[in-house]
Amino acid sequence: MKLAYWMYAGPAHIGTLRIASSFKNVHAIMHAPLGDDYFNVMRSMLERKRDFTPVTASVVDRHVLARGSQEKVVNNISRKDKEEKPDLVILTPTCTSSILQEDLQNFVNRASIETEADVLLADVNHYRVNEMQAADRTLEQIVQFYIKKAQKTNQLNLSKTKEPSVNIIGSFNLAFHNQHDIAELKRLMYDLNIKINIIIPEGASVQQLKNLPKAWFNLVPYREIGLLTAEYLKKNFNIPFVNLTPMGIVETAKCIRKIQYILNENKANVNFEKYIDIQTRFISQSAWFSRSIDCQNLTGKKAIVFGDSTHAAAMTKILTREMGISVVWAGTYCKYDKSWFEKEISDLCDEIVITDDHNLIGDLIAKVEPAVIFGTQMERHVAKRLNIPCGVISAPVHIQNFPLSYRPFLGYEGANQIADLIYNSFTLGMEDHLLEIFGGHDTKEILNATLSGNDKQSEIKWNLEAQYELKKIPGFVRSKIKKNTENFAQKKHVDVITLEVMYAAKESVS
Amino acid sequence: MTIKQDINNKNLKEKINFECETGNYHTFCPISCVAWLYQKIEDSFFLVIGTKTCGYFLQNALGVMIFAEPRYAMAELEEGDISAQLNDYEELKRLCLQIKRDRNPSVIFWIGTCTTEIIKMDLEGIAPKLEAEISLPIIVARANGLDYAFTQGEDTVLAALAQRPNVKQIKNLQEKKTESDNRDYVEHLPLILFGSIPDPVVNQLTLELKKQGIHVFGWLPSRRYTELPQIYEGNYVCGVNPYLSRTATTLMRRRKCKLIGAPFPIGPDGTKAWITKICTVFNIQPHGLEEREIEIWKKMKNYVNLINGKSVFFMGDNLLEISLARFLIRAGMIVFEIGIPYMDKRYQGAELDLLQKTCKIKNLPLPIIIEKPDNYNQVDRIRDMKPDLVITGMAHANPLEARGINTKWSVEFTFAQIHGFTNAIEILELVTRPLRRNQKLEKIGSQQYTDRR
Repeated sequence: MKLAYWMYAGPAHIGTLRIASSFKNVHAIMHAPLGDDYFNVMRSMLERKRDFTPVTASVVDRHVLARGSQEKVVNNISRKDKEEKPDLVILTPTCTSSILQEDLQNFVNRASIETEADVLLADVNHYRVNEMQAADRTLEQIVQFYIKKAQKTNQLNLSKTKEPSVNIIGSFNLAFHNQHDIAELKRLMYDLNIKINIIIPEGASVQQLKNLPKAWFNLVPYREIGLLTAEYLKKNFNIPFVNLTPMGIVETAKCIRKIQYILNENKANVNFEKYIDIQTRFISQSAWFSRSIDCQNLTGKKAIVFGDSTHAAAMTKILTREMGISVVWAGTYCKYDKSWFEKEISDLCDEIVITDDHNLIGDLIAKVEPAVIFGTQMERHVAKRLNIPCGVISAPVHIQNFPLSYRPFLGYEGANQIADLIYNSFTLGMEDHLLEIFGGHDTKEILNATLSGNDKQSEIKWNLEAQYELKKIPGFVRSKIKKNTENFAQKKHVDVITLEVMYAAKESVS
Repeated sequence: MTIKQDINNKNLKEKINFECETGNYHTFCPISCVAWLYQKIEDSFFLVIGTKTCGYFLQNALGVMIFAEPRYAMAELEEGDISAQLNDYEELKRLCLQIKRDRNPSVIFWIGTCTTEIIKMDLEGIAPKLEAEISLPIIVARANGLDYAFTQGEDTVLAALAQRPNVKQIKNLQEKKTESDNRDYVEHLPLILFGSIPDPVVNQLTLELKKQGIHVFGWLPSRRYTELPQIYEGNYVCGVNPYLSRTATTLMRRRKCKLIGAPFPIGPDGTKAWITKICTVFNIQPHGLEEREIEIWKKMKNYVNLINGKSVFFMGDNLLEISLARFLIRAGMIVFEIGIPYMDKRYQGAELDLLQKTCKIKNLPLPIIIEKPDNYNQVDRIRDMKPDLVITGMAHANPLEARGINTKWSVEFTFAQIHGFTNAIEILELVTRPLRRNQKLEKIGSQQYTDRR
């Protein structure tokens, strides 16, 4: 048993559901008790999805405990098959079904006899893998299933496209700024004259998966999800892949050079150096920004970085190599990816922290007292408490990290966005600091409704209970309620405000 | 006479159409009750013994509260716990000692989950032993998704609290004060109210009863664990929330209390009926209630005008549905369907009667009550009926809005202050919000934001 208040990565089934609901016309059925379908709330709320989340539960209740699921799961699968006519139904185990140890594979086999849809059992173990590992595995599983299916029916098309082309493996829902990143990658590929074969899984149909081998190479922008699929395609069809995250000017250039290398291996004879140079110097603003006087002020400032391995590593590289900021420590909660993370940034920061314990991270931040933090929502709150500015760079995130406007983190526009994020975090901190030195904003302590302070002092008394009640009202409305109640009391010629007067006043205004 | 009344009641009862669907609906897991209970009981600590799935739910559902050093935590079960390689007793002892050291609570609640049920972890057996060893009360509530929905979590916690022998009392200021102005009250047997509501609402309801000369002896739960009321045989108890049937049963059977079955104080009509029923039991002639109700309705006139004649569909997820529907019918709405996770016809009997009476007054047919609804079928019915408002969970709200159907998020009714005369307007504030917003957004044009069905 472990005492836990907060976790950075969700349980395994969330990963499977994220992949399933990213594909078009794929339905997931969770073998889970009532209330475990909160994934639907997350997707509908955070991503503001307009369509019903294609996830339903085959509810595990007392009856299921007593007699097993029996026909229930099978019936639920075939019901969804008729109602929604999906291409694929994925039966998703949860922590509950893990311990029930029912033969879910058997249900899948039986159901698939009568369904039009294909049926798969997600191959994830709740107690062994987390959200991201499960997503990675589920994506590979689906791709593998449809490639094999196409092989069996001789529909697999192994001939490459005429023009250089790419599969982008790494577009999913509930991922950090993902929609914008994918748009930015599409633009980058367009600039490089590389055709997009398919982008998976978001918005893709499983029927398209048999076309995956037609691409010249695969691009996997994030480490967490997609690598297994790319490795599978490499092993079986010898499709090379690029897994350098194009985040920041230097890494973007590196990624483009790797693509150039792969294309030239296939005799495309391309040279992207000029493109990189023009983008870096003139189109993107961030390289110039690093040279400008503004950025000089940031030199040597202390920062700490924490997040998933992709974003934390990339951010550390940007801060140190592109802005001259010193990263005291950088860390990730992707414990399983420790060696990669260490290899990437060990010479860019003083220390590396690999943990998924947010308390430890909090303590470490408090100890170092950095000028700025780049982390997840949790670090943002730690920062708030310690009064340190913070930029959010990685999941887990809140709804404000699903912005409506264009905010990629990848590519050249992404570099601009990140530069803004870094700079704004710092200036805000500086501004705050200066205000503190010069005595703060002068309106800070005035609670009257008028700024000029001409409001005449009220002479009405509050009894103890009422005072206590008033204190419980949130600060931002307290003065308003106080004023309304006193006005009410004045009108009613009451000298002492009691609880009764307070509630009567509340009723009278509403 | 009484026989005739019975027959009449029976006739009335038969008219309500109860149905039961597949139970394939979206609701919050009952462990979510820790969110409001840890805030309500200020000296408590809630330990949810479950898996990552439970933790992730709490983390996402409770949002910002997570960051405010909450007095709750997960005892996250690992593979060793599931396969019994680790000793439950030792593990729980370790965690509880840590909690005692770090937070020093007056009580620890253990919230059992689906996993502890399935692996049959004997929480009720371990608790008394550990309690003695670490000298800290431990209360076990099985608020799991196998058996319960959302607000029923509170029911399991309060039932567990009710079952405990009386705790040692710390006399507080308030009690001393009430002793001094005893003349305000009529003499009657002790009355204990049960149901967790925010402190301001507790004060409001207590004052409403005080106006009738009724003294509220105590609340279950109270602000602190150490201030829980002494419960004795023969005490009267009355619920303020419709989802507390286990608590009511426990108070009746285990503590030999007398339950006052009343409609719930939600809406001015409900509040009046609630107070009236309590008065009747104590042989008090209620006074001023009629005027009070009329006055409240008058204040809500603008809101009532907005919803008058509009239709509403409850998908059902928090068990407040019957009371809310009854109030909205009284306010002039037409209710198409009342979905509800679980319907205790005995505990909610008086509320169901009031629903029937309200429909009669309004000359409306009784709405259908669907227990354990099926969300998929419900969405189909919503498409056919096109109600003006759907009260539903967040999983369906945005998709329905994109299809031009107004929704109100049902969970808000659980967290908002909705009880008593004072707060009736808050309910209408919530219900009318989508309608008011629509009036303002008229210029945007289309209400359809998807081509999908």
